[in-house]
Amino acid sequence: MASDEESDEDFVSYGTPLEPLEEDEPIRKPVPVHEQTVKDEKGRYKRFHGAFTGGFSAGYFNTVGSQEGWTPSTFVSSRQQKADRQNARPEDFMDEEDFSEHGIAPREIVTTEDFASERKDQLKDKARAVSSLAALIPGDTGLLEELIAPARSSIGVELLRKMGWKDGQGVGPRLKRKQRKQNDDAVQVYGCAFPPNASEESEDDDEFAPENVTFAPKDVVPVDFTPKVDSHGLGYRGLNPLQALGGGSESGHINLFTLQSDRTTSLFGDRNSRRQRRGGIGGQAFGVGAMEEEDTDIYHKDSMSNYDTVLGGEEPGDGLYGWTAPQQYTRKKNDSKRDVTYLGRILDGFTLASEVTEIKTVYPPPDLPRDYRPVHYFRPVVDSSTVSPIVAQALLTSRGHLSQEAPQQGRHSLGSSQRRDMLGETPLQGPSSVFELLDNKDRERLNEIRRAAEEQNKSVENLSSAVDRAAVVASAKAAALRALSSRFQSVAPQPDSHTQSRTSPTRTQASSETQMALKAWSGPTADASKTFKPFAKNSQKQARYDLYINKLKQGDKDALESSLDSSMTEWERGRERDEFVRAAVLYKPSNSSLSSRFTRSKHEDDTDSVEVTRDQENDVDDKQAAVKMKMFGKLTRERFEWHPDKLLCKRFNVPDPYPGSSTVGMPKVKRDKYSVFNFLSITDSSQVSREAPSAPKPPGSSSTLPQTPEVSNKKSRWDIPGQVSEPKDPLSAFLSETRSELLVAKQIEAGAKNQTDSSHATATPEVNVAQSDGKQTEQKTEEEEKEEDEEEVRPPMDLFKAIFASSSDEKSSSSSEEDSEEEEEVAPPTSEPIQSSAETLNPPVSAQITPAPDISRLTDLKHLTVQSKPSAETTALNTQTSQSAPDKSQGLDEEEFGPRLPPPGFIPSACSPQLKKQKKKEKEKHKAKKHKKEKKKKKNKKHKHKGKQKKRVEESNSSSDDADSNSEDENRVVSTSELLQRLKNIRSKR
Amino acid sequence: MAFPQPRPQVPQLPQHLLRTIECQQGAVRAVRFNADGNYVLTCGSDKSLKLWSVSRGTLLKTYTGHGYEVLDVDSSYDNSQLCSCSSDKTVILWDVASGQVTRKLRGHAGKVNCVQFNEEATVMLSGSIDGTVRCWDTRSRRYEPIQILDEARDGISSLKVSEHELLIGSVDGRVRLYDLRMGQLHVDFIGSPITCVCFSRDGQCTLSSSLDSTVRLLDKSSGEMLGEYSGHVNKGYKLDCCLSDKDTHVLSCSEDGHVYFWDLVEGSLTLKLPVGKAVVQSLSFHPTEPRLLTAMEGHVQVWGAEPEDAAVEDG
Repeated sequence: MASDEESDEDFVSYGTPLEPLEEDEPIRKPVPVHEQTVKDEKGRYKRFHGAFTGGFSAGYFNTVGSQEGWTPSTFVSSRQQKADRQNARPEDFMDEEDFSEHGIAPREIVTTEDFASERKDQLKDKARAVSSLAALIPGDTGLLEELIAPARSSIGVELLRKMGWKDGQGVGPRLKRKQRKQNDDAVQVYGCAFPPNASEESEDDDEFAPENVTFAPKDVVPVDFTPKVDSHGLGYRGLNPLQALGGGSESGHINLFTLQSDRTTSLFGDRNSRRQRRGGIGGQAFGVGAMEEEDTDIYHKDSMSNYDTVLGGEEPGDGLYGWTAPQQYTRKKNDSKRDVTYLGRILDGFTLASEVTEIKTVYPPPDLPRDYRPVHYFRPVVDSSTVSPIVAQALLTSRGHLSQEAPQQGRHSLGSSQRRDMLGETPLQGPSSVFELLDNKDRERLNEIRRAAEEQNKSVENLSSAVDRAAVVASAKAAALRALSSRFQSVAPQPDSHTQSRTSPTRTQASSETQMALKAWSGPTADASKTFKPFAKNSQKQARYDLYINKLKQGDKDALESSLDSSMTEWERGRERDEFVRAAVLYKPSNSSLSSRFTRSKHEDDTDSVEVTRDQENDVDDKQAAVKMKMFGKLTRERFEWHPDKLLCKRFNVPDPYPGSSTVGMPKVKRDKYSVFNFLSITDSSQVSREAPSAPKPPGSSSTLPQTPEVSNKKSRWDIPGQVSEPKDPLSAFLSETRSELLVAKQIEAGAKNQTDSSHATATPEVNVAQSDGKQTEQKTEEEEKEEDEEEVRPPMDLFKAIFASSSDEKSSSSSEEDSEEEEEVAPPTSEPIQSSAETLNPPVSAQITPAPDISRLTDLKHLTVQSKPSAETTALNTQTSQSAPDKSQGLDEEEFGPRLPPPGFIPSACSPQLKKQKKKEKEKHKAKKHKKEKKKKKNKKHKHKGKQKKRVEESNSSSDDADSNSEDENRVVSTSELLQRLKNIRSKR
Repeated sequence: MAFPQPRPQVPQLPQHLLRTIECQQGAVRAVRFNADGNYVLTCGSDKSLKLWSVSRGTLLKTYTGHGYEVLDVDSSYDNSQLCSCSSDKTVILWDVASGQVTRKLRGHAGKVNCVQFNEEATVMLSGSIDGTVRCWDTRSRRYEPIQILDEARDGISSLKVSEHELLIGSVDGRVRLYDLRMGQLHVDFIGSPITCVCFSRDGQCTLSSSLDSTVRLLDKSSGEMLGEYSGHVNKGYKLDCCLSDKDTHVLSCSEDGHVYFWDLVEGSLTLKLPVGKAVVQSLSFHPTEPRLLTAMEGHVQVWGAEPEDAAVEDG
């Protein structure tokens, strides 16, 4: 077979071909087994080991691989380079023979699943189901894969399926007849059985088939157009010897004809083919196999139903036996009833439609009014500034498009003239340009030069009379410059000519654009105020552009040249020229209707923005009310998006809730930096209400107090505990009120006091003042904290040192972290300025007597003295002290923020034995005591304030009062009623 | 079920004083049980941190290294590490056995009020008066926090950590619940400065005490108030509150020297335990048994349900 040359290329041959037999050759002796050799594809001999020892030898001397032997792969993994996962596949252990066509794992081109038929691979489905159980998300069988799986069936199949077709069914109307078994392929064929023609008709008949059930037609085997090769008559297929001799159950009747009816049935479900396919060993002789499902049909039963009683019998009711009329006639006969009703002539081959198609009703278009003109008239867009108010009003009422005012611009984008207009100032008298300062002669000369330059350029320029003065001036400038440059041309003619030659083509090209721009803008409706401002960021440039546009509108041809800034370099001007022209063409007034719909952004998205959390908290008042009503829940709860750090999630063993996002914390948005709202902290409403009376401050306060109202407002949020801790205490309310009142009075007095102080300070050297100041503080501290070591008493070197030494002393030695202090400095407590205000009232003499001053007070004293110094130094010092003052108070009054810590020895009565015991304790006596003192101070602070205030009122006998208040402080026995009484006194006195 | 369930045992309250420990470390700022409740940690105002045995009341170890008074402490689940925070703005991670400072973390701008390990002691969370909560990694050598939670508008007074949630009470009157799993932040407005927050042991509720002398039990998921407990005095100090071991009672310190026990469901005052004359600064409930620690001034008292014969008081 492979030997003949012609067919060689068409066939693939396997094995060794037999040598062609020649007639007269004697039959050769077979080669004995031991002489038979096997070679592999490379021609090497293979030794046969015997079937049970592994067949042919493999590898190198029956080993694996090569002469070097099999080298195991080494496992190498490092931090940088992770070793690949080594999944040993079965293929790894196969050689190429196994992959060949007859090997155990043939590799061949097969239709992949995507292109294979619809039949699903059950094995694979099962595997997928198993893997889905083991998957990360249970039940997820490759959700993504399913979503984006390629179409497996053609669109035709899809459409059919949509129409109700199912796999294995035929196409066509549903039939009344019994459903046939569709899949008979399952019948196995054993051995050498004849293909019997056994029919299943008999058993089919047994099954119940109700009348009203329709079945899908059978799947159709396509008509086979096998050419007729035999010499039988048409439709005769001759006697099948197998069938005739087989003696199957059907052997009684052999149909030798395939009639037309037969063929049609074969179109809609081939019975015969199925009949033939039915396999299995049938008949009595073989019995029933174990694998056979049916055992009913093993005995031969013949019946008349197997025989056709009529010729071509499958056309019942035809009545035309022996004659098969063409289809259309038969059908015509069926439909004759309807055809009769139709009077007209029916063309041959046509029948009347079985269903009457619905006639679509077509509605006529509406009648147009007679005076309708299919043109929409847009009302003219008029700027209100250019139109008289009456007209504007009329336009407004007539719903005309009265253009809005030019959008409000930012303060920085306004020019000086614009600001002047907004402020209502009169324009400055005098010349606005240098050229106006020139003599008439000079101006004439300039004009001459310009004219000469114009002639040089051979550009015909007709300056219309309407050209405004600025244009003249600008053009004159330009001309003068040009003249100047022409003068310098002699010096450097070469490069200039170059540039000219270079710019010329661009100019010619640009000129067309200029013409376009001119055309576009010279229209009467063009409106400058409404035009888009392309260079809004650069106000000067925009002004130049506006000038250019204005000139364009007036029809000025050299508008471009004249409106450019002559002080710029040639290159810059060139660029700007191009930009202007392009912008003018781009934003020509036909777009004005469009541009009116947009407003320019109010905020410049430059560096003037701050990142603010996107989600802001709602109104606190609502929540406050809800809390009061004890309606916790929705009203008091708010949800925000919050992004935890990836590492944090990892540490918490929690999957990242936002795997894709890179933000951490609350999502931020950019806001205008100068917005007041960025710095407004929402305070509790109770607090606000309490703050309200103290809020109004005299305008003069800013000059004397370093704190602005805003700052103090901010501070107040740190002050919550103090205020909220006694929410129902009328005392605090009174206090705050009196504080504010005192503040006012104090500021007035402070001014006067400054004067007196300054007179006092000028007499003494500055250093001395500081020293005395420092001494004062030391005295105080000594008085107050008797147990304090002497370390604080350090002779101050100068003013600065005095300030900083005292401040650093206040800090705990280990707790000082300056950087962080500065952070906190932003929000010192409100109580401090108030306290200081009270303190400043004390004359220096009385201050010495004051037995328990705060450290903050000391700084305030310093501040006071510093203020009294000559102005030049005062400013510098002020900044210093104002920086250091909150610092110090910060270090001391840290405990002011938030709930306090209870004192180490909290004793209701002053002399408790426990306290003494504590005092006696040796360990860490110093720190603890100091701390305790601070605590006590804090607690007493309120009362001290009271004392101070009172002192201020009765300034004459302040010392006695001080002692009074001090003793009160010590005892802490001042009843609230008494305090209230005093406060009332103060107010009445004032 | 055929038989009725046995009547639940009446929860016993720790009302018997077992012993008093004189800590000798200044004021005891906080007292905490360790994870299993066998040891006590006390934070002193003399910068020291002490470890005690509950059963014997003996001092086991003193940890020194803070620069100012220690304000809070927490022990890791395996008792191998401690974290403490202090007024010196630092957070220190201690090795329990050696008493050495494993890590000293600076970064807070103010005194650090509260500190807490997460469940696996991989993260320390510290809340400071500067209004931030910083998450420190105990696994790495970085000295920067993993993340800074700066949503609070005022100082952080208390924080608790559950499996995947951070409960943070702030002086701005809000309780913030950070849900790491959901990536959400729930802000519950209470109004008054929060002094202490707590998870209930079942993790479904949060307890928050505030300076309006009220303890509130809120539903964690919805923020609705389930109970309100008042009667005690808490107007100026940072006092603790907690739940009993079986979530049956709500406990709170008071400035009048008592510990108040309320029935969780009824909200009625069950017991007013007199501790002393001063402010009860801190308290801690045993994780499994009815045992209570209270801190007042310089000593710690251990309370139990059953009176113990040998209540040794060591000076």
